[in-house]
Amino acid sequence: MNTMRRNFLKVAAVAALGWGVRPASKLFASGGAEPSEGVLFASRHTVHAGPNALKARRWAMVIDTTKLTKEVVEKVVQTCHAIHNVPSIPGNQNIKWIWETRMDHLFLEDFNEYQPADSAQTALALCNHCDNPPCVRVCPTKATFQREDGIVMMDFHRCIGCRYCMAGCPYGSRSFNFMDPRKHLAQTNADFPTRTKGVVEKCEFCAERLAEGKLPACVEVSEGAMVFGDLADPESEVRKLLAERFSIRRSPTLGTKPCVYYLV
Amino acid sequence: MYDKNKILTGLAVFVVFMTYPFWNNIGSAAYKAPEVEKPKIAKDCVESVAYMRTEHMQMLNEWRDEVVRDGVHEYHSKANHKVYMKSLTKTCMNCHENKDQFCDKCHATVSVNPYCWDCHVDPKGEKK
Repeated sequence: MNTMRRNFLKVAAVAALGWGVRPASKLFASGGAEPSEGVLFASRHTVHAGPNALKARRWAMVIDTTKLTKEVVEKVVQTCHAIHNVPSIPGNQNIKWIWETRMDHLFLEDFNEYQPADSAQTALALCNHCDNPPCVRVCPTKATFQREDGIVMMDFHRCIGCRYCMAGCPYGSRSFNFMDPRKHLAQTNADFPTRTKGVVEKCEFCAERLAEGKLPACVEVSEGAMVFGDLADPESEVRKLLAERFSIRRSPTLGTKPCVYYLV
Repeated sequence: MYDKNKILTGLAVFVVFMTYPFWNNIGSAAYKAPEVEKPKIAKDCVESVAYMRTEHMQMLNEWRDEVVRDGVHEYHSKANHKVYMKSLTKTCMNCHENKDQFCDKCHATVSVNPYCWDCHVDPKGEKK
């Protein structure tokens, strides 16, 4: 009888130990279809694609800085901000989805001052839709999340305005609504919501347009300076451009794996 | 019984307060559901009228989550088996054109304040 109890207790102790370890092993292993997910990467949201939708395994953008003329930049910024009801607020509380910035501000890690005279002085900055987005990991309400096709989405309904994502994003891609944006909108596009006070917003790679089978608005008006496509498809236009030309990304050493590539 | 007067006065005050809504409303007209504007361009809604009347708020919440988070944009109607696009401004407001004469009529009467329009743009109402 004594030995039986002894054995029972041993088995029970091992089982309890195993049970205790289980949640941790699950945490490391789970997350999604890609092996790079789990505890180190944010899990991804499955997205149903409608019959007309443009589909990709990994959306990415290539920006040809040599083709970004002043007119193109202006048109891109204006189009994006007009269709997404992004206001223009004077002062330091402005909202931006896509904007023009100096090259040495874009590429902080290695962009020396001795560039060819005819090279681009400025380029467009927008959300990089990182493979490993810090904003998604810090969001306490999952208002910002990553879709399976790589797009880092905002659910404005769920945003509580804590601004952790703005602290997490190393690219300054996010803007906070310090006031009701409607007061600063000359025109509103009824097909897209405005935001409200206390909500963070950013570029969404025109997810609402992709669902209708349209390319992002900036790509459409960029006269070939911006190219959008599937990074996982070797035959896609973005992959061909990346294979042909030298490209750089913003702050790659941070490990966020940006998916907006710049051709210089 | 000690403090009989105080207790009875207290009880009387309590009863008067508790029943205030009832006797205050004696003689006033009963609640009538307000007449909302019927759409001119469509005969039937995405679901039956009775269903929409009771469930439209849950339905809009589900549409919101399904569109934003799961990317599911098509709604398969259980009433007429047609497929609709899940969109407040593009589907609902396409037929119910006038927010003031449709949404607000009931919401104002029953004193609820949904915050849909804090962000979503009323397609026809912006000209005011």
